Amino acid sequence: MPDQLLFGMEVALNGLMAGVMYSLVALGFVLIFKASGIFNYAQGVMALFAAMTLVGIQNGQVPFAHLINATLGTDIHNFGWTVPALAAILLTVVVMAIFAWLVNKFVFSHLVNQEPIILFMATIGLAYFLEGVADLMWGSEIKTLDVGLPQGINDWLETTTFDAVGYGFFIDNLDIVATIIAALLVLGLILFSQYTKQGRALRAVADDHQAALSVGISLNFIWVLVWSIAGFVALVAGIMWGAKSGVQFSLSLIALKALPVLMLGGFTSIPGAIIGGLIIGVGEKLFEFAIGAPYLGGATENWFAYVLALIFLVFRPQGLFGEKIIERV
Amino acid sequence: MLYREAGDFKTSYAKDNQTFPIKFDRTGYWVILIAAAVVVPFMVNDYWASSLLVPFLIYAIAALGLNILVGYCGQVSLGTGGFMAVGAYSSYKLMTAFPWMDMFSVTILSGVITAIVGAAFGLPSLRIKGFYLAVATLAAQFFLVWLFNKVSWFYNYSASGQISAPERSVFGILVTGPNTAAWAQYLFCLIFVVVLAWVARNLTRGTVGRKWMAIRDMDIAAEIIGVNPLRAKLSAFAVSSFFIGIAGGLFFTVYLGAVEVGEVFGIQKSFLVLFMVIIGGLGSIFGSFAGAAFLVLLPVVLKVVGVDMLGMPTDIVAHLNLVIVGGLIIFFLIVEPHGLAQLWRLTKEKLRLWPFPH
Repeated sequence: MPDQLLFGMEVALNGLMAGVMYSLVALGFVLIFKASGIFNYAQGVMALFAAMTLVGIQNGQVPFAHLINATLGTDIHNFGWTVPALAAILLTVVVMAIFAWLVNKFVFSHLVNQEPIILFMATIGLAYFLEGVADLMWGSEIKTLDVGLPQGINDWLETTTFDAVGYGFFIDNLDIVATIIAALLVLGLILFSQYTKQGRALRAVADDHQAALSVGISLNFIWVLVWSIAGFVALVAGIMWGAKSGVQFSLSLIALKALPVLMLGGFTSIPGAIIGGLIIGVGEKLFEFAIGAPYLGGATENWFAYVLALIFLVFRPQGLFGEKIIERV
Repeated sequence: MLYREAGDFKTSYAKDNQTFPIKFDRTGYWVILIAAAVVVPFMVNDYWASSLLVPFLIYAIAALGLNILVGYCGQVSLGTGGFMAVGAYSSYKLMTAFPWMDMFSVTILSGVITAIVGAAFGLPSLRIKGFYLAVATLAAQFFLVWLFNKVSWFYNYSASGQISAPERSVFGILVTGPNTAAWAQYLFCLIFVVVLAWVARNLTRGTVGRKWMAIRDMDIAAEIIGVNPLRAKLSAFAVSSFFIGIAGGLFFTVYLGAVEVGEVFGIQKSFLVLFMVIIGGLGSIFGSFAGAAFLVLLPVVLKVVGVDMLGMPTDIVAHLNLVIVGGLIIFFLIVEPHGLAQLWRLTKEKLRLWPFPH
C-alpha cells in the first residue's frame, strides 16, 4: 500500500481516539440537557475543576491556600500527605456530588420555569464562577496529573502493523485506555438507566417533567443525581485530558469542542454524542491532514468541526439522532 | 417637578408616539445628552477615557447591535467577537488602502462590510433554531478569527501578525493613533453612539422592528400573518452586524490602536457582549446601555477595591473577579431575569404613583 494512504489511515485512527475524548465531554452535556432541559455550558469547566480537585487531593494541597496566606499572613501549602489515586478519585466524586447539590440548591431551584436562554446564561455564569473558585482553591499553575494510566506509544501495535504492512502505526496508549474507559462508561450509563429504579426515574423525567412529577418522582433529587453523574463524567473526561496535556485552563475549552459534536449528534441522544464525536474527531484530523495543512496554512481544527456541523444542520436541523422538532402554532 | 404624565397634553399622533412620553424623561434625556457632549469632554482625562468612557461607549454600540438580533429578533448569536474582528480588519484595510478617506466613512463602510458578512452567516438561521443556531454562530466566530490569523493579506503581511491603526483625523482633529487626545476619542465615539441609538430606537418601533418581534415571539405564526422570515431574519443579522462592525472598528481604531485578533476578538468577547445584553435586558435600548455600563464598571471597581484599597495580590483579585462576575450573573438572572431595564421600568412605575401609591 502507498505510504500516503497508510499515513492517512493512521491519522484517521488518531482522529477516532480524539473523537472518543470529545464524546466523553459531549456525554455530560446530553445527560443534563435530557433530564432538565439545561444546556450546561459549564461542563468543560466542571472537567477542569474535577481534574484540579483530583490533583489537589492527591498531593494533599490545602484548599484556598493562596487566599488564606494572603489574607491571614500565614504560609501554608500542603497537609504533608499524599492520597492514593483511587481514594482521591472517590473523594473527587464526593466533591462533585456536593457541587451538584449546591448548584441545584442555590441556582437552578430558583430558575424553574425560566426560558432556556436564561438557564443557558446561568450556566455560563456558573462556568465563570467555578473557574474562579477552582483557581482560588488549587492555584492556577499548570499541574501534572498522574493516576497511573499508561503513557507513551503502544509498542505492540507498532511492531504488529510494521510486520503486517511495513508501516508502524503510532497510537498513544492513553488513547486506547480512554477508548476502553469511555466504552465502559457508556455501558454503565445504559445499564444504570435501564435496570435501576433511579435510572428509570431519570428517563421518566427526561421524557416528561409533569408526568414524572405526577407519579411521585422527586424532580429535585433527579436533578441532583443527574448533575452528579455529569460531574462524574466530567471527572473522567478531566482525567483523560489532564493526563494527556496537563491540568490547566485550556482544559475548560474542551467544552467548545464538544458543542459541534452535540449539534451533529443531537442534543438529546447519547448514541448521537458518541457517533458525533467520532465523526468530528476523524473528520477534523483528516481534513487537516489532506487539505488544511498543505493548502490552507494549518490550524483548521479550530473551526472545521463547527463548519461541518453547520453544513450538516442545514440539511438535518435536529442533528443525526435528535428528536424531530415539531412546531405548532 | 413630579414624575407623571398628568397635565402634559399631547395634540398630535407624533407627540403621542414619542420615545419619552413623560416630560421629566424628556428633559432628563436632553440634560444627559448635553452634559455628555459639552461638559464631559472638558473634564475627561486619559485614565477616565481609556478605562471607562470609551470602552463603555463602544460596548454600548456592540450591545445595541446584539440586542437587535437576540432581544428583538430572538436569534441567539455567539459570533459577536468574530463580527467585531470583521469590523476592525475592514477598518484597517480601508485606512491603509485609502489613506485619504475620512474616519467617518471608514467606520461606516466597515460596518457595511460586516453587515454583508453577518447576513451571509445568518443564512443558516432560516433552517436552524434555538441552541443549534447559537452553536452554529460559533462557526462564524472561530472561522473568522482563524481567517484573520492565517491570511496575511488582512494584516498587510506584517511580521507580527498584528494590525495597528495609523493616525487619521476628522476636521483636523486627530482621532486615531497613539497621540490622540482623550476628549477627541470620547467625542468621536459619542457621535456614533448617539446616532446609532437613535437609529436602533426608530428601527425597532417601526415596521421592521415589529416584524423582528413577531419572528421572535413565534416564527411560524409570524410567517402565517405575512412576515417574510427570510427578509426579517437576514435584515436583523445585517443590521445587528452593522452595529457590531462599527463597534469592532472603533474598538480597534480609536480604543486599542493595535490588535492581535485571537486575543482581542476571541470567544470571550462574544460572551461579554451577550452578558451585557442579558444583564441589561433583552429587547431594550436602555438595557444595552445599562448592561454595557455595568460590565465595564465592574472589573474596574473590583480592581480599585481589591488591589488598591485592600492590598490583595493581583492574581487573587483576578480570580475573585471571575467568581464575582459569575456570581453576579447568576444572582441577576435569579432576581430579575429581564435585566436592569426591567428594574428601571419598575422604578418608573413606582415613581409615577409616588408619593400616594394607593
